[in-house]
Amino acid sequence: MTSRREISVNYLILVVFSVVALWPVISIVVSAFGSAGPESGGGLMGIHPENFATAWDQGQFTQYMRNSVMVSSLVVVLAVVCSVLAGYAFGTMTFRGSGVLFYLFLLGIMVPAEAIVVPLFFDLRQLGLTDTIWAVAMPQVAQSIAFGTYWMRTYFRSSNRSISEAARIDGASSAQVLWHVQVPIARPAIVTLVVLVFMWTWNEFLIPLVMSPSGQMRTAPLGLAFFQGQYSTNTALMGAAAVLVALPVVAVYLVLQRYFIRGMIEGAVKD
Amino acid sequence: MASSSASKTVGAGRRGRVRRAASHGHGVLTPYFFILPAFSIYAAFILYPLVRAAQFSLFSWDTVSPAVFVGFQNYVDLAQNEDLRNSFVHAFILIFFYAILPLSVGLVIAAVLNRAKVRGMTFFRTVIFLPQVIAMVVVAVAWSRLYSTDGSINALLDLIGLGSWSRAWLGDYLFALPAVGLIGSWVETGLVTILLLAGMGRIAKDQYEAASLDGAGAVRQFFAVTLPSVRGEIAVALTLTIVAALKTFDLIYMTTRGGPGTSTTVPSYQVYYQAFQLGQVGTASTIGIALTVLIFGINLLINRVADKTTQ
Repeated sequence: MTSRREISVNYLILVVFSVVALWPVISIVVSAFGSAGPESGGGLMGIHPENFATAWDQGQFTQYMRNSVMVSSLVVVLAVVCSVLAGYAFGTMTFRGSGVLFYLFLLGIMVPAEAIVVPLFFDLRQLGLTDTIWAVAMPQVAQSIAFGTYWMRTYFRSSNRSISEAARIDGASSAQVLWHVQVPIARPAIVTLVVLVFMWTWNEFLIPLVMSPSGQMRTAPLGLAFFQGQYSTNTALMGAAAVLVALPVVAVYLVLQRYFIRGMIEGAVKD
Repeated sequence: MASSSASKTVGAGRRGRVRRAASHGHGVLTPYFFILPAFSIYAAFILYPLVRAAQFSLFSWDTVSPAVFVGFQNYVDLAQNEDLRNSFVHAFILIFFYAILPLSVGLVIAAVLNRAKVRGMTFFRTVIFLPQVIAMVVVAVAWSRLYSTDGSINALLDLIGLGSWSRAWLGDYLFALPAVGLIGSWVETGLVTILLLAGMGRIAKDQYEAASLDGAGAVRQFFAVTLPSVRGEIAVALTLTIVAALKTFDLIYMTTRGGPGTSTTVPSYQVYYQAFQLGQVGTASTIGIALTVLIFGINLLINRVADKTTQ
């Protein structure tokens, strides 16, 4: 049924859209290896990998990357543990108020950070918590819990009940069934949640911008924004800094891409 | 393996659990203990601040002198202040670029790709989804280069003989907003296309065969079979991309800061600018609440329409 013409049209689409999607990415990578100025010399046959070291030093990325790693780790661990627990309860147990409570969590998926960031800043400043990892991480833990609870509930609702029931007859408690039986089976769903939460947290901009006014807890994307303020005309160093900031998530994406795509697609489709 | 590790812990389970609702197989309070950690964090860092934002929006507060209760005056001001109102108009223009344009393009390419199986689809999916995972600040840096006077957009225009059109796109009163919008189109098109491809992949082949036996060509098949079958995916795509458009902050912060003039201000940027640059906390909270209501409303509307057309 498929004509030769249709197949060539398909390949044309694949090529054109791939080029459009990749062009900005390739151009920034290329600029990152360009000459950073007259003092940078000829480089390695015109290629300047030393830009990455220069951008890292001048942009204080040691501090910003460390902050990003700490914030992301905290958010991923807290949000995933809380989401698995809550999702398990909503997905497998019957209890009073479960409907209302679950809708309350669903609401959180829609609340934009813009609405909560202003009161959060002034209230946390009152408590002396701004410029700490808690002010940067906890609002993001809460956002990820809203999605994560929904995601894990969907998983547990569709998961195989008979194994849990068998373990239960053996006398295992709910916590034991969850930890020893369900979590090992749920690994793909949990990995998806981990990579999504990691990506959202690493790339987040508004919350760390507002919550760290002194710059002490500035994360990598903010480092790039402030780097731009100083080096906007130096395309090579800007390119190198931009590549450094994007690299961790892109690297994880290239290895675990099916989890990313599955999570973004299935996480959005309502059940 | 799983069952052996479960039976090893049997003793502890018996001792630890006295009350157990026979019908559910778990204690009455067990589900609440499981939900407690998630709910406490969620309530403290989203629900409570949301209530506080609603409260703030009823006050005039400059962060220094005491707050003054003004009722709904901030909301009246929001409706009457031209700059603030325009930021919402700009957000609606961005919806065209973030949602409508990617959906139109995505529908066409997904439908065409779905008609004939070709090799390289996995690679294609990986590539067109890539813009979704790159930090928006990095996307902004890359596109600022492309839009600059010596960037590739102007070089491309030169190449096809439209050199007189070249300009600093992000510094242009008329073109800055569409230029920012097209960055949004670039980010969202891959996501929308992959969503639609997944939906179209589930359509049974015999539906197309039946349609083509009835004499329907490719275009008729698209409207009669493909489009109705992916209604759910379209609703999801619209929800995700419209919300993304309304929450554009990083991109504006990095590329135009609302300029030139106020030509690219958006509500998200106004929240930040009013609260932390001008010290107008009441106004900022009002914009935040208005944005939340708008997002809830759009979600509700899309779901309603999608549900209705499904029946």
